[in-house]
Amino acid sequence: MRRMMLGAVILAAGVWGCGGSKGNASAGGSTGAVAQAGASGAGAAGPTGNATVSGVIHFTGTAPANPKIDMSQESACQSKYTTPPTDPQFVVADGKLGNVFVYVKSGLPAGATYPAPSTPVEIDQSGCLYHPRVFGVQVDQDIVIKNDDNVLHNIKAVPSINRGFNISQPSAGMTSKRKFSSPEVMVPLECNVHGWMHAWVGVLPHPFFATSGPDGSFSIKNLPAGTYTIEAWHEKLGTQTQTVTVGAGETKTADFTFSGPKA
Amino acid sequence: MSLLSRVPGEPFAQTNTGTTTDRDGPSVIPSAPRDDSRGQCSSVLRLCLSVMTLLLAAVLLSSPARAQNGKPVYDKWCAGCHGDTGAGDGFGSKTMLPHPRDFTKGVYKIRTTASGEIPTDDDLRHIIEVGMPGTAMPEWKSRLSASEITSVIAYIKSFSANSFKTAAKQIAIGKAPSGSGADEGKAVFQKLECYKCHGMAGRADGKSAPTLKDDYGNPIRAADLTENWKFRGGNTVPEIYTRLRTGLDGTPMPSFQDAIENKLISDEQLWRVAQYVHGLSPEKAPEAREVVRAARATTLPSLDDAAWRTVERFWIPLVGQIIDKPRWFAPTVDGVWVQALHDGRALALRVSWDDPSKSPDPTWDEWLGRMAKTMTDVDGPLATQQGLDRLVIQWAQNPSDESKRPYFLGGDAKSPVYVWRWTSEPKIEEGTETGLGKFTALPNVGVTQTARYADGQWQVLFTRPLASRDTTQVPRFTTGHAIPVAFFAADGSNGEDDIRGAVSTWYMVYLDVPTPTRVFVAPIAMIALSAGLGMLLVTRAQRREHNGGSAADSSHLEER
Repeated sequence: MRRMMLGAVILAAGVWGCGGSKGNASAGGSTGAVAQAGASGAGAAGPTGNATVSGVIHFTGTAPANPKIDMSQESACQSKYTTPPTDPQFVVADGKLGNVFVYVKSGLPAGATYPAPSTPVEIDQSGCLYHPRVFGVQVDQDIVIKNDDNVLHNIKAVPSINRGFNISQPSAGMTSKRKFSSPEVMVPLECNVHGWMHAWVGVLPHPFFATSGPDGSFSIKNLPAGTYTIEAWHEKLGTQTQTVTVGAGETKTADFTFSGPKA
Repeated sequence: MSLLSRVPGEPFAQTNTGTTTDRDGPSVIPSAPRDDSRGQCSSVLRLCLSVMTLLLAAVLLSSPARAQNGKPVYDKWCAGCHGDTGAGDGFGSKTMLPHPRDFTKGVYKIRTTASGEIPTDDDLRHIIEVGMPGTAMPEWKSRLSASEITSVIAYIKSFSANSFKTAAKQIAIGKAPSGSGADEGKAVFQKLECYKCHGMAGRADGKSAPTLKDDYGNPIRAADLTENWKFRGGNTVPEIYTRLRTGLDGTPMPSFQDAIENKLISDEQLWRVAQYVHGLSPEKAPEAREVVRAARATTLPSLDDAAWRTVERFWIPLVGQIIDKPRWFAPTVDGVWVQALHDGRALALRVSWDDPSKSPDPTWDEWLGRMAKTMTDVDGPLATQQGLDRLVIQWAQNPSDESKRPYFLGGDAKSPVYVWRWTSEPKIEEGTETGLGKFTALPNVGVTQTARYADGQWQVLFTRPLASRDTTQVPRFTTGHAIPVAFFAADGSNGEDDIRGAVSTWYMVYLDVPTPTRVFVAPIAMIALSAGLGMLLVTRAQRREHNGGSAADSSHLEER
């Protein structure tokens, strides 16, 4: 009984949240083919749709050389490379920038909630680097942390808002599961045994985020129609935002251009 | 005074004298109903009263009220280091490394909860009561009452109210398995690659040690496992085990919980690691003794001679040099072990100290950079280049003048000190100082050094003839006398030099007097004399007996 009442309250709040949003008439009806199937949430899911914001992250200027990593202390990692490993701070090819985290910063209906998908996100420690280096998860979505290296890694989250963790993974094949309970862009992950190892995870209360690939492209799908502030984040070059209005079923382009740090 | 008589919100009156009036406050309340229920009459009424008392207590002890009560205590005793707003930025914080805890983050090293979790109230209470060994955090049990500590805990938590919204979840800590299992512990220590930071011998000299930083980017040392009296959360086996299970949040030290869950190691094996780590340190924390005894030996052993194993070791604690500018609050070396012998002609001092870096070492450049950034506000910038490691052994020029001991920081212009100045090239110079680093070389009178660096430790053997031609500047080492001695150590990779470093106060080296021949001859002569006299007495007695003693007595003697 109590649970039913709670459900009703949440449902009402969700409906109110939808109704209260601006320029979003079609949102309520578009349940869309979103990958929320596995979610076991008791409350009503926030609105989704079939609009898309996609684009390319351009890079102008000269990209600084990625620092070389001295892995001589870890032959198990070093042996995985044919050329001397570098720290991929700038993933630049043909004037396009990879590893940029792009997400909807604002514009979703107030109070809209999106239950965490049951599918976890994986991060792997391989060759004494993180894969992926930049990624997103939803609040309370599991992150599976794997160690592919037969060496000791500790993976430490150093958040500002969330609670952190610091797990030892002394052997290949180990897996650990952790999650973050509050939105935070970005949570740094680091290894203290190998001071060069860094990764960043964007924790969001919704599924509207993407990371630019090596070709600089990204795509945020299943958006309800609306006007959104889109932010692009890069580990060394900071953030940029732009506002995009997208109608139901539309695809809008939001390109970003980062310039190399001034010499 | 019972807590119940307190006006809510009224600050506790007594804070500074360690009075015990309040100490039993909180514990009285929970025990009240139990005691009353033993009463013989009107127990129901009493029970009702007790319940009401408990309810009233609950209101008074509720978090906000507690936090309010804690504020004056905090402001008076804690804010100087931890800051008015709990951000760990009090006026004393800049000179402390590790910096005081920042309470606004709700992140704590010493917990009985899982990695990343908030500590329990008891965890916080424990640290307040006993302090943090190896840091500036003292124990407060002798100064604050139990209820004051309870109030301060509530107030500290209020700096990060968001973190403490939910209850802390203590993990179950079992019991240590019987037996020591140190061999297995050592194997697991290596399997878990603890040496990556802590070093193969546990002296914090692992490959990753120079790169370690805390959550704020400040340099942080791996714990020196051979000095467990400085373990932040205590040095008993269960305490070490708990640190392994929970990690030390805010630091690079991770939790090994997941290694157990992944069945990489068993819980028992983690206990074995704790037992092994515990055993890397001396059984008891060393105590400084004023006099280092130099026993007399027939020959003086070389640096690696096994003979040194049986020579008594003396611990001389060193602290940051915080008098002469530039002062230094983050020294690497916290003490030296000293052994001494003499053979009637020369003195041998074997000095060893833990230092994770053999300076200069390029792998420690990152450490120096981080240290320079963190300690930037203290008496000017650090050197950008690593210097050498140093050890200065300082002697009184005139040991026999007990009344006039030179100033312990390198003497002064009026009263210089005689020094052995060792650097990690390795090289030794002999000279005088008229203040820290104000060195004038003397023609070498015969000091030698042999040095070895291994596993995060320097071992240096110094020798010098006892005699001295120039006794005005260079003291003669006379047997049977205590000679004032002091030590200064510096770690070049830590930005230390002639002034920035670690110092001791004056100690003594006492050279045993050679045993005179009469010491050996006299006892033998005495034994011979008394034996002769004894024989004489016995012979006389027997003769007397023979001439008329009782038969019974005589037979008794024969039996014997």
